[in-house]
Amino acid sequence: MAQLVRVGLLGRVSMSGVLGAARSMSTGWWRHVEPAPKDPILGVTEAFLADPSPNKVNVGVGAYRDDNGKPVVLECVREAERRIAGNLNMEYLPMGGSVKMVEETLKLAYGENSDLIKDKRIAAVQALSGTGACRLFADFQKRFSPDSQIYIPVPTWANHHNIWRDAHVPQRTFHYYHPESRGLDFASMMDDIKNAPNGSFFLLHACAHNPTGVDPTEEQWKEISYQFKVKGHFAFFDMAYQGFASGDPERDAKSIRIFLEDGHLIGCAQSYAKNMGLYGQRVGCLSVVCEDEKQAVAVKSQLQQLARPMYSNPPLHGALVVSTILGDPDLKNLWLKEVKGMADRIIGMRTALRENLEKLGSPLSWDHITKQIGMFCYSGMTPEQVDRLTEEFHIYMTRNGRISMAGVTTGNVAYLANAIHEVTKSG
Amino acid sequence: MASAILPLSSPSRPLRNDLKANWKRGTSNRTFLRKDYTKAKQSFTRTRMTLAVEVSRFNDITMAPPDPILGVSEAFKADTHEMKLNLGVGAYRTEDLQPYVLNVVKKAEKLMLERGENKEYLPIEGLAAFNKATAELLFGANNAVILQQRVATAQGLSGTGSLRLAAALIERYFPGSKVLISSPTWGNHKNIFNDARVPWSEYRYYDPKTVGLDFDGMISDIKAAPDGSFVLLHGCAHNPTGIDPTPGQWEKIADVIQEKKHIPFFDVAYQGFASGSLDADASSVRLFAARGMELLIAQSYSKNLGLYAERIGAINVVCSSSDVAERVKSQLKRLARPMYSNPPVHGARIVANVVGNSDLFDEWKEEMQMMAGRIKNVRKKLYDSLSAKDSSGKDWSFVLKQIGMFSFTGLNKAQSENMTNKWHVYMTKDGRISLAGLSSAKCEYLADAIIDSYHNVS
Repeated sequence: MAQLVRVGLLGRVSMSGVLGAARSMSTGWWRHVEPAPKDPILGVTEAFLADPSPNKVNVGVGAYRDDNGKPVVLECVREAERRIAGNLNMEYLPMGGSVKMVEETLKLAYGENSDLIKDKRIAAVQALSGTGACRLFADFQKRFSPDSQIYIPVPTWANHHNIWRDAHVPQRTFHYYHPESRGLDFASMMDDIKNAPNGSFFLLHACAHNPTGVDPTEEQWKEISYQFKVKGHFAFFDMAYQGFASGDPERDAKSIRIFLEDGHLIGCAQSYAKNMGLYGQRVGCLSVVCEDEKQAVAVKSQLQQLARPMYSNPPLHGALVVSTILGDPDLKNLWLKEVKGMADRIIGMRTALRENLEKLGSPLSWDHITKQIGMFCYSGMTPEQVDRLTEEFHIYMTRNGRISMAGVTTGNVAYLANAIHEVTKSG
Repeated sequence: MASAILPLSSPSRPLRNDLKANWKRGTSNRTFLRKDYTKAKQSFTRTRMTLAVEVSRFNDITMAPPDPILGVSEAFKADTHEMKLNLGVGAYRTEDLQPYVLNVVKKAEKLMLERGENKEYLPIEGLAAFNKATAELLFGANNAVILQQRVATAQGLSGTGSLRLAAALIERYFPGSKVLISSPTWGNHKNIFNDARVPWSEYRYYDPKTVGLDFDGMISDIKAAPDGSFVLLHGCAHNPTGIDPTPGQWEKIADVIQEKKHIPFFDVAYQGFASGSLDADASSVRLFAARGMELLIAQSYSKNLGLYAERIGAINVVCSSSDVAERVKSQLKRLARPMYSNPPVHGARIVANVVGNSDLFDEWKEEMQMMAGRIKNVRKKLYDSLSAKDSSGKDWSFVLKQIGMFSFTGLNKAQSENMTNKWHVYMTKDGRISLAGLSSAKCEYLADAIIDSYHNVS
C-alpha cells in the first residue's frame, strides 16, 4: 500500500517522470536477477544476534575475541595509528602498493635473511588481504597458464572455490581431511598428488588449515615437497594465520621454508587480518618466486596490470599501520608478544574444552581439539548435532561442525563442553 | 613447460646433506636451481648446486607496457630544468603545487582515532553509514529513488573498483551486451571492461575541430548501437577532455537512450570538484533518475575528498522496485566476495564522519569550492595569457568552456612531445593537461609553450 502511495507522489512531481517511469518499468532490466544464496557464516552471526538468551555463545565468528568475547585492537596497532595520525600524504600508492610494507611482509614469509629477497627474485605486490591476494594469483594463473587447473583441498575455506571460479580457472580437489580420525588423510593426499598430471597447480594452507585446523607435520611437509618436486607441481600457499597458529611466526612459516629449501618456485598469499587484527583494513600481499630478478620484474608488472582494472592501487591506511609496526623494532616486538598472546589464549581454550569434555566422561575421543591448530576446530559433530546445540543450548556455529575457538572464553567453556557432551554422548 | 623430472630416490638424500654441509649454517633458504642450458643466463658470483630442476611456469612472461600516465611522472621527476611543469598528474595540487589533505579529513581521522573504533570486517556491501551517505549525496536525500528504496548501493574500491563490480554484474546478467564508451575516455575504462570480459565499442565524443563536443556524432553512434546496450557517461568533468554536455544536450542524450532501451552507466568521479557544487555536479544523474530510468552509477571520493589512497567509492544500481534492488545488491555482494571479501573500512569511515557531521559537511563544501575555484582561476589565467600572447586570432575559449581537472588542449602527439622536449611541460600524448598541476605563477609560461607547440610544430 505504502508503495503505491509513493509512486503516486512521484507522478505528481513530473508528468514526464511518470511517462518515463511507465516506459522504463515495463522493461525492468534486472527482473531476472535472483537473490543470491545467504552466506552460511553471516547467517550464523545474524541468528546469534537475534537470540535473546543470556547463555548464548557465538563460536561461528571468524575473528579473534578476547576472554570477554570482545573484539580486540592490538596495542601495537593503536600506537602505530597514533604515530601516523595527521599523515599529510593521501596520494595514490603505486599499483603494487606500499613498497615498505611489501618488503617487511616478504621477510616474514621468506625469512629475514632470505637469499630470494636479496637476489630480488620475488615478484610481490600489496593485495586486498588474503582474498585479494588469492584472486590476483588466480587471475594471473588464468592469464599466463590458461590451460591449468587448481587443486583445492577438501574441505577448504568456502571462498577459495568462489575465487578460482570467478577467475575462470577449473577446479579439482584433493583429499585432505580424514573424518574418522579428525586428522589428515595423508595417504590419500599423497595419492592425489602423485596421480595429478605433472605440473599441476595446488592450493596449500601454510598453517592452521581453515576450516579443519589439521596441519601436516614437518615430516609430512617434507614428503609433500619431495613429491611436488618429482611431479613438477606448483605450490600456492595461502598463509592467513602466520604467528596466529603456534604463536611463533617463524614456526608457522615452516611449510613454506621447507618448500623453498627444496628449490620450489612458490606463490604465496599473506594476510594481516588475523595476526595483526587488521580485518577491515584489507591488508595482505601476493608474492611469486621467480628464477631471477628480470623475471620477477616482468611478473610484478603483470600482476600490476591485473590489479589496475580491479581497483587501480590498494588502500593506504592498513599498509601504513603494518609498515610502521614492522619497521620499528620495539613495535615489532610488541606485536610478536601480542600475537603470541592471542595464540596462547586459543591454545588454552583448546586445552580447557578438551579437559572439560573428558571430565564429563564423554565416550568419544576429543584429543583432536588440542591436536588441531589455529582459530578453528573441526569437532566432528554432525549437522543434526549442531542444530541441537543451537536450538537447545543457544550455541551458534556453522553446520559443518566447525568451532571457532576464538569465541570460546573461560566464562563459557564449561557450558560449551556440557552442551557438546549432551548432544554427542549417545555416540 | 613442465619441469624436467630427475630420478630422485634415496641416494640423493645423503647428497643433499653433503651439499648442505658445505654451506653456511643457520636458517637457510638456499635455493638449488639448475637453469635450462639453452637459455641465456645471468652470471652468478656463487656456484649453484642442483637438487632438482625448477623451470618457472611463468618463464615466457614479458614486461607489461609501462603505464602511460605513471611514465609521465617518472620522467618529470628525472628532469632538472627549473621551469618544469607536471601536468600529467591526476591529483589536486595547491598553488604551491603540493598535495592537499583536506582539513575535514584530518578532523575526521582525529575523531576516529579518539573513538578508538575496532577493525572488524565490514559487511561485504560495505559500511552502512557510508552507503546511506553516498547515495543521498548523489541523488539528494529526498529523491524518490531513495525514499522508495530502489537503489542497490555497495561500497567499492573507489571509482575503479565500483566500475569493475558493475562490469562484472553486466557480464553475468547481460552476457553479450556491449558497453558504449566515449572516444576518448579514461584509459582504464577499456582495461576494466576487457578484464571483466564485457565487449565495448566507442561513440564519438571529442571533436578536434572545435575542441568541443561532437554532439551529433555522439547521438548518432548511440542510436546505431544494438538496443539494450550500456552507455558509459561521465557525470561531470569528462576525463580526459573536460568537455561536458549542456543541460539541453543531456536531455537529448536521455531521450535517445530511452528510445533505444539502453541502460545509462554513469562514472561520477568529480562530484563537487567540477563546479564546486555537489548538487550541480549531480544534475545529469538526477535528470536521468527523474525520468524513472534504471541506471548504474559509480562514485569516487578520490578527488572531491582527496582520499585517493584510501580507495573509497560506491556502485549504485537504480532499479524499478525495492525488491529488485535487494536482489541486485545481493548479487553485487556475490561478485565482491571473491574479489576482496569486504571493502576497506578506513576511507568509508572518513566519508561517513564528514557527511554525518553538519559542521564537517559544511566545511567540506567550502574546501571543495576552494579547490574547484583554484582550478577555475588557473583556467581563466591560462585563457587570458593565451589570448594576450597569441596574435593569430585563434579562439582559445574552449579552455574556459571545459570543466574539471583536465583540459584537452587540442595539441596532437608531436605538439605534445614538443611541450615536453622543448618546454619541460609534462603531459599525456593525447594533448591532455591537468590543471590541478598548474599554478597561477606558471600560466604565462604554459601559454608560451602551448602557442609555440601549436603554431610551430605539426
